[in-house]
Amino acid sequence: MSVAKRVIACLDVRAGKVVKSVRFVDTRDVGDAIEFARRYNDEGVDELLFLDINASHERRRTAVEFAAQVADQMFIPFTVGGGIASADAAGEILRTGADKVAVNSAAVRDPALISQIAERYGSQACVLSIDARRSGAAFEVVIDGGRVTTGKDAVAWARDGVARGAGEVLLNSIDRDGTKLGFDLEMTSAISEVVDVPVIASGGASSAEDFVTLFRETGADAGLAASIFHYRELTIPDVKAAIAAAGIHVRPAEAFVRR
Amino acid sequence: MIAIVDYGVGNLASVRKALRAVGHDAELVRDHARLREARALVLPGVGHFGYCSREFNRFELGPVINDAHARGVPILGICVGMQLFFEGSEEAEDAPGLGLLAGRVRKMRDVPRLPQIGWNEVRVSGSHPWLGSGDGWYYFVHSYVAEPDADVTLGTVDYAGARTAIVGTDGLLGVQFHPEKSGPAGLRLLDSFARAVA
Repeated sequence: MSVAKRVIACLDVRAGKVVKSVRFVDTRDVGDAIEFARRYNDEGVDELLFLDINASHERRRTAVEFAAQVADQMFIPFTVGGGIASADAAGEILRTGADKVAVNSAAVRDPALISQIAERYGSQACVLSIDARRSGAAFEVVIDGGRVTTGKDAVAWARDGVARGAGEVLLNSIDRDGTKLGFDLEMTSAISEVVDVPVIASGGASSAEDFVTLFRETGADAGLAASIFHYRELTIPDVKAAIAAAGIHVRPAEAFVRR
Repeated sequence: MIAIVDYGVGNLASVRKALRAVGHDAELVRDHARLREARALVLPGVGHFGYCSREFNRFELGPVINDAHARGVPILGICVGMQLFFEGSEEAEDAPGLGLLAGRVRKMRDVPRLPQIGWNEVRVSGSHPWLGSGDGWYYFVHSYVAEPDADVTLGTVDYAGARTAIVGTDGLLGVQFHPEKSGPAGLRLLDSFARAVA
């Protein structure tokens, strides 16, 4: 037996406000971001991911204050990503109580960033986030929220990033993002077969069955979704119950009662 | 006062917030005199055993902790803090542990992946006055695991075989996982400890 498969909720944050997805603008104030995080935590989600979209776009550092606010109320692991371009910036985030940082565009521009973070804070604290899309029979890395193509092969980049010290790979399918067509199983398998660290699949989930299929058919360790949880199309307990019913090792969703 | 031993290592603030969330105040303490006044100690730790041991000893905390234990002050060790209870670790052969428990910390072998990162279920096999039921799902991040010489294992986790997850004896409780990051089960454990030592 190994560790449980994980269900991760993602909050896309822009200037402290939750937005629906990378390509959609949906303004809500910062209180809502914390509110959503609390709700997912209290429903029994395994982990939270906060992506500061604006930070990546404008190459600004992710808001440390926001991470600290989150840390005050979360008693589960959480990751912060977006615009982290140095080991010092990663350290600032980790000191707030975040467990991991996710690096994406900055790591593509300067792959040494991965080893700098891993050497200082450990591989377990460094997540390599890869946005990729299909390109013929291969998968190509894109950066800056999907706006810039790199010509880089996603499978080779995942292998390289892990060799440099990334402790996890977060694989986001740009083709599936927001489509509700299910996770890109083929791409997830292509990556999980070549790395020996956990792979988190992201993009396209629309049902609990999508998570079951992901864990049955690929080597993914975690499935991530944003908008379906955001709009309550699915709850964390629904997803967990379906995974458990399929005989897959998962932590049961236990309601979290605050005092 | 519950003192969280502050030697600059580990999830100090997270442990304090988690204790607060279940209604218990705790302070981050480095000063020896203040540590001697504590009615209970929490020894956190994360990362490399050698680094933790060096920092711990740089602040000359060994005698303070040993003395507290001798006086019967309850001590909860978390992750590498728990590993420091033992004599040493394969991760850093030259770095000493406290030697409060007989045995060493060794790298997990024949496992699917190192480190073990994620949620896993702990099976409790022994009892301890501070533990409560102890059963539940907890969050683990570790590559090394305690191998006690004496019968102090109170709970195990299945990670390609049974691995030590909880150890305890008179005046000591140690957990390999992170209760401060383990949702309801983790908060229950911290609450149980804080209540028992109140």
